[in-house]
Amino acid sequence: MNVITDSHAEGTDEHEDHGLSDVGYIKIALLLAVLTAIEVLTYFVDFGVLEVPSLLILMVVKFQIVISYFMHLKFDNKIFSYLFITGLVLAVVVFAAMATSLVFWTDPAGCDAGRFC
Amino acid sequence: MDNATEVKTSQLAYGPTEWDDYDVPPLTTGLSNEKMTMWAFLGSDCLLFASLISTYLLLRNRVGPDTEGSTAADLFDIPFTSVSSFVLLMSSLTMVLAVTSIGRGELERCKMWLLTTAILGTVFIAGQVYEFTGFYREGLGFTTNISSSAFFTLTGFHGVHVSLGIIMLVTLWSLISRGNIGAERAETVEIIGLYWHFVDIVWIVIFAVVYLIP
Repeated sequence: MNVITDSHAEGTDEHEDHGLSDVGYIKIALLLAVLTAIEVLTYFVDFGVLEVPSLLILMVVKFQIVISYFMHLKFDNKIFSYLFITGLVLAVVVFAAMATSLVFWTDPAGCDAGRFC
Repeated sequence: MDNATEVKTSQLAYGPTEWDDYDVPPLTTGLSNEKMTMWAFLGSDCLLFASLISTYLLLRNRVGPDTEGSTAADLFDIPFTSVSSFVLLMSSLTMVLAVTSIGRGELERCKMWLLTTAILGTVFIAGQVYEFTGFYREGLGFTTNISSSAFFTLTGFHGVHVSLGIIMLVTLWSLISRGNIGAERAETVEIIGLYWHFVDIVWIVIFAVVYLIP
């Protein structure tokens, strides 16, 4: 059936069948804002070897929160999740194929894909 | 018109069905065709952006043997882009509030959130135009080097997606204002919302991978 956010308990953030209340969504947005602030903080503060892993983890967490709550995948029919995840997995495969070129492939002139040429 | 197409399912040998209230038969899953199509489109769009991001990462440091100049990464203004990212992130909140509003039948509130979302999207696009203009003034154009081409193609495609989203939002606002869409078609707002959230999650990836990761 058509799934529409139906929050009868306005003013609370209790889970309903198909989503959160408005207050719940505002709390989610605040969480996303905090995570973004931490991301930006890595630009001003030296996180050392933790910088890249922490940025990647924050990115994945933000991505997950948006698709789960704002896009309702957490509450919706699983078929929608499967459709989207299929595209996402293929996208990761494309990305992984690119990553191999940074490691394994160089041209005969020694032009490394990751360097200035 | 072919007579065969005028025959309703209720007139067929197996009698009336639960499909008779629909213009087109629903899927056997019982899910909405339109929503299923939007999710399939979003899944396929992941591939487009994965290709563009991969291409940028491959070429981000390449200025080529015959060209010169700085790369886009040399000119990034992270504080400015952070504000743009925050604006786009908050537009996802206003979009979801529009969806919940129409779900409750509150059309005026839905219109207000749709308009707010469109305005926030426009602010994001204005920021992107400002950023691109700054790069151009610094001598970094689309054809300056292979790195800049990859950068402008990636962020430009995302900008086009956001722009199309703004057009959809304004159209939706107009349709609701004219009474063409009411609370009974709340799913239309939800489907446009899915598209809008998608451009947000793509930017989440671009902001981290392209702008922040050194």
